Amino acid sequence: MTGMHFVFLIVAVITLGAALMAVTSRNMVHAALWLILALFGVAITFAILNAGFLAVAQVIIYIGAISILMIFAIMMTRRLIADAGGQISSNWPWAALIAVVLFGGLWWLLSSWGGFNTTLPSISARADPLVELGQALVSPSAYIIPFEVASVLLLAALIGAIIIAWERK
Amino acid sequence: MITLSWYLIFSAALFCIGLFGVLARKNAIAIFIGIELMLNAVNVNLVAFWRYIAPEAITGQAFAVLVFAVAAAEVAVGLALVISIYRRRNTVNADEIDMLKF
Amino acid sequence: MGDPVTLIAQWLENLMLGWGLAPQAVNLIMTVIGVVVIAVFVLVIDIFLVWVERKVVARFQDRLGPNRLGPFGLIQPVADVIKLLIKEDITPVGADRFVYNMAPVMALATVLMLWAVIPMAPTIVGSDINVGVLYVVAIGAISTLGIIMAGWSSNNKYALLGAFRMVAQMVSYEVPMVIALLVPVILAGTMGINAIVDAQSPVWFVVLAPIAAVIVFLTSIAELGRAPFDMVEAESEIVAGFHIEYTGMKFGMFYAGELLHALTVGGIISSLFLGGWRGPGAEAIPILGVGYLFIKAFFIYWVIMWLKYSLPRLRIDHMLGFNWKFLTPLSLVVVIVTAILQKVLVTSPYWLYVAGMLVANVLIAWITLLILRSRARTERKRVAEPRPVAAPPSTTVSSTTP
Repeated sequence: MTGMHFVFLIVAVITLGAALMAVTSRNMVHAALWLILALFGVAITFAILNAGFLAVAQVIIYIGAISILMIFAIMMTRRLIADAGGQISSNWPWAALIAVVLFGGLWWLLSSWGGFNTTLPSISARADPLVELGQALVSPSAYIIPFEVASVLLLAALIGAIIIAWERK
Repeated sequence: MITLSWYLIFSAALFCIGLFGVLARKNAIAIFIGIELMLNAVNVNLVAFWRYIAPEAITGQAFAVLVFAVAAAEVAVGLALVISIYRRRNTVNADEIDMLKF
Repeated sequence: MGDPVTLIAQWLENLMLGWGLAPQAVNLIMTVIGVVVIAVFVLVIDIFLVWVERKVVARFQDRLGPNRLGPFGLIQPVADVIKLLIKEDITPVGADRFVYNMAPVMALATVLMLWAVIPMAPTIVGSDINVGVLYVVAIGAISTLGIIMAGWSSNNKYALLGAFRMVAQMVSYEVPMVIALLVPVILAGTMGINAIVDAQSPVWFVVLAPIAAVIVFLTSIAELGRAPFDMVEAESEIVAGFHIEYTGMKFGMFYAGELLHALTVGGIISSLFLGGWRGPGAEAIPILGVGYLFIKAFFIYWVIMWLKYSLPRLRIDHMLGFNWKFLTPLSLVVVIVTAILQKVLVTSPYWLYVAGMLVANVLIAWITLLILRSRARTERKRVAEPRPVAAPPSTTVSSTTP
């Protein structure tokens, strides 16, 4: 049990625990705050996996923008200052069953794959993954088209969100 | 040695918790929280596969960046829809928004 | 020649290895000691900043400032701290206790986290990550979270409203800040702040990209929430905004956090644009680098205070209009021009490169001023036209007299 084992176990427990609290919390703002903790855990997981840029981008995009948007939406759609009860719908045992069965099925499916127990390959320091990522996103033989399509998608989402939420006076 | 299996199980668990949130919650924004957890689980999976199977190709990270963009776009439009529905029907309870009119 | 900090660190490390501890444990202990040293150093300077703030505001307002406690009033911050510590710690009824207590902690912690990436000397840096600039943006994003937590957990409409406005302002001003922060990244070719300071070798980046420096400076002041952008915590209007319900040391943490954030902003701007620890003799004697960095950071802090105590407050629609209609297009233009020039001029001799960048920036500034002037002229003409007034006809008055 090396240090990395400990770190990963602690991060995984915190993330999964926060995710569970996020989906079962009665108070919506608490659920959003637990979600933020879970997203932090995922950012730390990215950092453990040597994807430093993705870790910081996760913090900026998810915690800095999407979570704040959710908190704003929660505060704008409340009927009372305190939330009405009954946040979990009545057929939650079925949902829990489906989730557990899916988890078991995924585990079984993945463990029957040959590469399930691949050990960590050493990453060579010849090119910084950051520089490679930047070049891959704008190079014509790599991912420039998905990159441009994603930017058009974001523009469409921006305009669409403004129009949908526009108050008609 | 942390093998790939640990990360795959972790992301599968996160995905299933998100799925439970989507299926078992009434508030529309709580369903969104579940969707965000599922998207994050997918991202963890992508980056774990990149790191363990093909670290010299940058495809995994590029795909994860595109998933970020798609998630951000989806949250923006989705929450705009939720706010718009709240203004008309004064509720965000998914059980009560079950008819197209009235 | 090394600097005293690295020498002490190496001596401690050898001492612990000599005691027989495993190298990983020694690494961990050294990291913890490093974090504690930086945090204590920065927080002690923070106490000094309270004194600086009060003396400087007093001088700007033509009075003396605190001068009773100690020589020049230097013990005044200690008195302030004692006062804050002995105040009653009130939690409002119905407040969410955990979030209410966590919010000031988050506000101060996010500022302290920024000091981890600022290189204080060629050999002293907290953590040399190669996405340093992006890390700075991420920490700015987390600080908006602390404000929402404070505003929401106080169970007070005014706090919530103040928090909403503050977050709207901070999120809006992040856009030109991130775009303008790309300019030193383009000029240095890397996002690591250490490498950016290294790349400012003959000429500082403020000469190569003055408009970007000004944009980062203005948007950082707006991110801080200081005047002239302090609509959200204006005492006369919304009664202190999101930290209404905080008393005692929790308020002290918000206040100290704000002052420290201003100095941190000074540190970041001086690292990215003013050459960081660079100065005469800093490479030979690294400990001088710390001194140079703090001189530059305090200079920027002084300019921030100068703006605060000289300018009136901006209205919120003016503030957001300034951001979206002026700063964002300007920063986009600056980034595009800088990127094109960097590609074109990278092979030419150095003086041509510097002159080209400087001339391009001056041209952009000139064209911006011309556009603003012509707009102001049309606006003035529109407002100066005599408005049509309803004139009474001259015949009705005589017909109604009895």
